[in-house]
Amino acid sequence: MPSYTLLGQSALSGVFIGALYGLLGLGLTLSWGMLRQINLAHFALVFLGAYLTYQLGAAGMDPLVTLALIAPAFFLFGAALHLLLARFKVNALNTLLVTFGFMVMLESLIQWIWSADFRRLESHYGDVKWKVGELFVPLPELLTLALACGLALAVWAALRFTDLGKAMRATAEDAPIAAAFGVNEKLLSLLLSGLCAAFAAVAGMCLALSHTLAPSQIYAWIGVVFAVVMIGGLGNPLGPLVAGVVIGVSEGLTMAVTAPVWAPLVSFSLLIAALLLRPEKF
Amino acid sequence: MRFIWRAAALAAMTALLWSAHAQQPVRIGSTLALTGPLGSAGNIQKVSIEVYLDDLNSRGGLLGRKVEWLLKDDQSRPDLARTLYEQLATVDKVDLLMGPYGTASILSAMGVAQRYGKILIHNSFGTPRLAKYDMQFSASGGAGDPENVWPNLVFDAVATAPKPPKTVAIVTTKFPSAHFIALGAREVAKKRGLTEVLFLEYEFGNRDFGAIAARVKDAKPDFVFAGALGLDGVLLLDAMKKIDYQPPMHFYTFPAPGPMLKLPEAKNALALTTFEEHPPHTGNPQATQFIQGFRERAAKASLPSTSVDLLSTIAYASWQVLEAAVSGARSLDDKALAQWLRQNQVDTVMGRLSWQGTPEGPPNFVMGKDIYKVKQLQDGKWLVVWPQEFAAPGAKLIGP
Repeated sequence: MPSYTLLGQSALSGVFIGALYGLLGLGLTLSWGMLRQINLAHFALVFLGAYLTYQLGAAGMDPLVTLALIAPAFFLFGAALHLLLARFKVNALNTLLVTFGFMVMLESLIQWIWSADFRRLESHYGDVKWKVGELFVPLPELLTLALACGLALAVWAALRFTDLGKAMRATAEDAPIAAAFGVNEKLLSLLLSGLCAAFAAVAGMCLALSHTLAPSQIYAWIGVVFAVVMIGGLGNPLGPLVAGVVIGVSEGLTMAVTAPVWAPLVSFSLLIAALLLRPEKF
Repeated sequence: MRFIWRAAALAAMTALLWSAHAQQPVRIGSTLALTGPLGSAGNIQKVSIEVYLDDLNSRGGLLGRKVEWLLKDDQSRPDLARTLYEQLATVDKVDLLMGPYGTASILSAMGVAQRYGKILIHNSFGTPRLAKYDMQFSASGGAGDPENVWPNLVFDAVATAPKPPKTVAIVTTKFPSAHFIALGAREVAKKRGLTEVLFLEYEFGNRDFGAIAARVKDAKPDFVFAGALGLDGVLLLDAMKKIDYQPPMHFYTFPAPGPMLKLPEAKNALALTTFEEHPPHTGNPQATQFIQGFRERAAKASLPSTSVDLLSTIAYASWQVLEAAVSGARSLDDKALAQWLRQNQVDTVMGRLSWQGTPEGPPNFVMGKDIYKVKQLQDGKWLVVWPQEFAAPGAKLIGP
């Protein structure tokens, strides 16, 4: 029987990795659910954000401060990408193909600039951790959890309680009707696309804080983050965080009590269960 | 008189043609994983081979002809490696083939080499028993039974620690070429009377090592044997650091050397090697030249680490083997080269290699012994600590 400390630490580790899943999934779920764009380039953007954080961090900038530069730049990139997709009227399925192309191009760009070698951000955050009872809480993971919760809640509240958010939801629901009520669908879509890309920058910063980077690692996250987005419900900002934590904790506990090789099965078993039990959500 | 003139003209023409042929470069084709998951290793090997080729061509090349290396990027994909080797053999019509990086791609290239009767010298084939082709030659320096040789080497090394381990935790990726070594370690540990307190397998590409680290900490082993490749070791150490755990002794099969060097928590980590940048390995002019050349080229290529290590050395050695075979056989004929290698030994920068196989082992692999050593990360440097005769001056295994 595993000790309570082992179970607790494994569950905590699951919460932290789940928060990162949620943060990675936030931009993806919004673009998929509200803009009908399945944006695979989001994963490459996350890594580009991580590499830029690494680069600026190596130049002496605080990783959190790097967001002041990276997030606005990504916002513009996201908006530009949306303009391109809208200009050519790319449908939802084809956005998958087009953005896959962008993902490959961004991966090549990352590799061209930083090579295929592993890169690791050395920051003072990495050395800070606290002991709570018998459990250890590292600062980079705690920051990721705080940012994931903060952003998910902020987006949820904005969509629910602000006029802008209501207009976005209305546009996602029925764009022509929303437009008839004076909603500027094009502008809102640009704004939302830019925000999704900016969220990728935040996820990238968190990734750089806690992980060693390699360009090919982009693909390692796609499966589980897609599962998180689908389980969480498309367009639901809180969904990926909740689903991510559920999957992360399930994987962590699976690794704690059985063979770790079983862990990857957990996320996809949960996805299949969700698809079977709530088909109307997809 | 006319006959003499004609004969002379014919002889002159033949000499001219022969001279033109002799001036044509020897074209050698291979792929490397320059991109994709193995890209980090592939780029190190590329730099190493370029250093060797600079030197080789400055010495006149092979059989008096310059050497031209046709390198293609297999993107770490065995399927693409197969296609590219087909191209090298049929479209590019290279004189010789050299192996790619990584077991799966080498296996793909081996199939192509066999189809066209080409010799294949490779340096990173992790599962020797899968090598069935009799014209493949490993220049990795590894035995035909690494699952037996390497765990014994490692357990011999840790037995020299001030307090030899009594318990072991074995944590391994399911990636085939590391997995069977870890399974071998289980057997060896059992035979040596060590108690296995934990055995864990995880999928290759695992992202979260938090729970695995917690289980290792919970098991309180004296020694952690990690069947880890590339980044796995770094991720496991990261996760251990986060829960304030440092294993008393820890070994990683083939870690990413650069990131490991920069990781404070990797202090005293053990790994396998064939060559490190210190005496007695550096005690010959060729090693010095190799180290110097690699440092310069690696810096230009912006590699994170400019130190020579296992990956760069086995690449360099594989081309030394090719040069020795061509010079020894005085031929570029694949069968002649294979025959020469079976009957001879080659002194490489990392030691003497031979291919006198035994009927029970895979072809051209020596069973039961090899040239591998155990290195330890001490004060930010990898130092060989075992066997004693290859240890860095004054270096001893640091343990509890």
